[in-house]
Amino acid sequence: MSHEYVPEIATDRDGNQHEVQGWQDDFYGGKLGFWLFMFTEVMMFGAMFLTLAYYNALHPQDFIEASAGLNRWLGGFNTVVLLISALTMGLGLLKMRSGDVKGAKLMIYATILLAIIFLGVKAAEWTAEYHHGIFLGLPEMQGGNEDSLPFGKILFFGMYFTMTGLHGFHIILGIGLMIWLLKRINAGKVTPEHHILHWNIALYWDIVHLIWVFVFPYFYMIGAGVSVATGGHHGH
Amino acid sequence: MSKTYFDETHCAIGHPKTKLMQWLLTVDHKRIGIMYAAVMFTFFFVAVFTALAMRIELFAPGAQIMDGDTFNQAFTLHGVIMIFLFIIPGIPAIFGNIVMPLMIGAKDVSFPRLNWFTFWLYILGCVIALSSLFIGEGVADTGWTFYAPYSLNTGTNVIMALVAAFVLGMASILTGLNFLVTIHRLRAPGMTFFKMPLFVWGIYATAWIQLLATPVVGITLILAILEKYFGIGIFDPSKGGDPVLFQHLFWIYSHPAVYLMILPAFGIMSEIIPTFSRKEIFGYRTVALSSASIAGIGYLVWGHHLYTSGMSDTAKSVFSFLTFFVAIPTGVKFYDWVATMYQGKIVLSTPMIWALGTIITFAIGGMTGITITMIGLDIHLQDTYYSVAHFHYAILGGVVFLMFAGMHYWFPLITGKMYDEGKAKIAFYLNFIGFNLLWFPMFIAGYYGMPRRYFDYLPEFQIYHQLSFFGALIFIAGLFYMFWNFYKGWTKGEAAGTNPWNATTLEWHLPTSPPPLENHTKVPYVDFEPYEYHHGEPVVKFNYETMQRID
Repeated sequence: MSHEYVPEIATDRDGNQHEVQGWQDDFYGGKLGFWLFMFTEVMMFGAMFLTLAYYNALHPQDFIEASAGLNRWLGGFNTVVLLISALTMGLGLLKMRSGDVKGAKLMIYATILLAIIFLGVKAAEWTAEYHHGIFLGLPEMQGGNEDSLPFGKILFFGMYFTMTGLHGFHIILGIGLMIWLLKRINAGKVTPEHHILHWNIALYWDIVHLIWVFVFPYFYMIGAGVSVATGGHHGH
Repeated sequence: MSKTYFDETHCAIGHPKTKLMQWLLTVDHKRIGIMYAAVMFTFFFVAVFTALAMRIELFAPGAQIMDGDTFNQAFTLHGVIMIFLFIIPGIPAIFGNIVMPLMIGAKDVSFPRLNWFTFWLYILGCVIALSSLFIGEGVADTGWTFYAPYSLNTGTNVIMALVAAFVLGMASILTGLNFLVTIHRLRAPGMTFFKMPLFVWGIYATAWIQLLATPVVGITLILAILEKYFGIGIFDPSKGGDPVLFQHLFWIYSHPAVYLMILPAFGIMSEIIPTFSRKEIFGYRTVALSSASIAGIGYLVWGHHLYTSGMSDTAKSVFSFLTFFVAIPTGVKFYDWVATMYQGKIVLSTPMIWALGTIITFAIGGMTGITITMIGLDIHLQDTYYSVAHFHYAILGGVVFLMFAGMHYWFPLITGKMYDEGKAKIAFYLNFIGFNLLWFPMFIAGYYGMPRRYFDYLPEFQIYHQLSFFGALIFIAGLFYMFWNFYKGWTKGEAAGTNPWNATTLEWHLPTSPPPLENHTKVPYVDFEPYEYHHGEPVVKFNYETMQRID
């Protein structure tokens, strides 16, 4: 920046001086704005969890059986991947704040790599489910034919693809944001002194993994302990 | 002559030379507000003429100028434009942008570039909504509420309407977010929350609703899109889905959205009443906190839209009770306004007349709302012209009337010119009489059973429709007269000066009229209440060069 922002001073009637907060250089304001934006993500996924809970209450048995058919090992592996990525993201931010720009970039690269692994595993899961006849638009997922799953399972898998799909979309957005962040770091726009963008993208990544921490048990774990054979369509 | 914000601006990208690009790329909150106003009122008139076409169709029983399918599309277009393009973003985007930063002594909103981006996101939403008119089967015919399962089956362009509503919702969220951070961070030193002007309180409560309720409708619209194109099943009865769930999710947002419309309008009222009564507002804290409690309780009343959709009796009773409850803080505000006027030096300028007219029209809108809160009565009146009339009395006679009041109030601030007061008053009376003649007969028609959204009716309802039609003509004449008067005022009006109304809040303490690019010369220290009058004169006076108090 060619000219540094100097805050204005307001003087009260007793002659005391008060520093004026401008919109420029407002680190706390930037953080507050992004926290507020994260509330909207919570409300969005909250509405979907509400929908899920409603149908779960209507069809408890179908939900448990459908959940039993999901691959808990792949889902669990992905959970671990995402938690480690949250760690690398956080470490990257710490390194940026302590002045280690190179280390911060390394950690962002690691986070991107973990995010891609997550998406790869997710794609493998969806493909396997497709081959078992469970995917949006397949006859099993339509009502009123001989292959139809029971209502509860159709709804479970409908929400499963919706929520993991939208979550995956957030992962893709996150990868885009991290690539952008790397470009900004390389251009010298994000530095240990001005790292609000890094901070907020780390916050974004936290909400993405936090949502998964709720998505994973609700879809994968409620059927744990039920024999896979009753799930019907996934047995190996 | 010193430069105003019409002469120079800051831009999001670079330093463009042409006037046009300077407007398109501007990050100045005042210019962005004006652009919002220009676009919104263009759409407003599109929707007004759609409504007029429906009135012509309803002039006599049977088909006049359109068939039933076209009529369905007409009321959907009217609703989508009025709700999503005009009234939800309306007051926050126009006056929240222009006036709110001035009121708190800020140079701009917290994220000026985001503000610019939000404006163009809004334009994108408008373009998507309008282009659905010309693509495929034409504009959606579902009504603005897009109820499943019909919206999933119709061949019309529901998807574009849903995407448009989502994009506009995004813009609304970002506006709210920007204002929340602005109000939290950029208040002038000394201005605590209870020293803020009440319009800022209205915008603040609204911004929370924008932020927390809009995502719910956003995801609902996405779920409806996914349902329509991928068949996820949750709104589709053939897969075990529950269409009523759509209504729940939709109204969890869309009922708070009603308060999102009215709260900033109440804020305008709370500015105008003390200014033109030359008196401190009665019960400042109760007005401020009632905004917050309306925003809070407003989340819990959505079920009253579903009395006839299939809901348990317990849920109905709870929702009915909570709906009565939300009327209390609204009543508090009304008593505060009336008490403010008591023993004040009332000046009947145009903004005040609009505000007083609104007290009448909104009272009718509010009281009829109480009647349909009652479950038993609502079973009879649901989906009749009674609810149509109630809604328009509350929203047109409340929100839009107060928006017009605000336009008359802040017109000299924004343009630096004064309109013709005499003509403005004639315009008000045309609007007021036309409005009542247009909507009041619908209460009666609805009570006798005239259903909403029908393009045909039994002959016994003809008299009400014809009265409405003539009311509509007077109303539209009033609208044109008002805007023509604004146009004349802007081009040929006299210079207004910085504080033509003897108002007290900070937006009237600017060095020039219209304001300079970066607002106040210096940021003042705020050690006074927002509406301090003594014997009908403002107490607080400033030296506009140093922004030091000189009283």
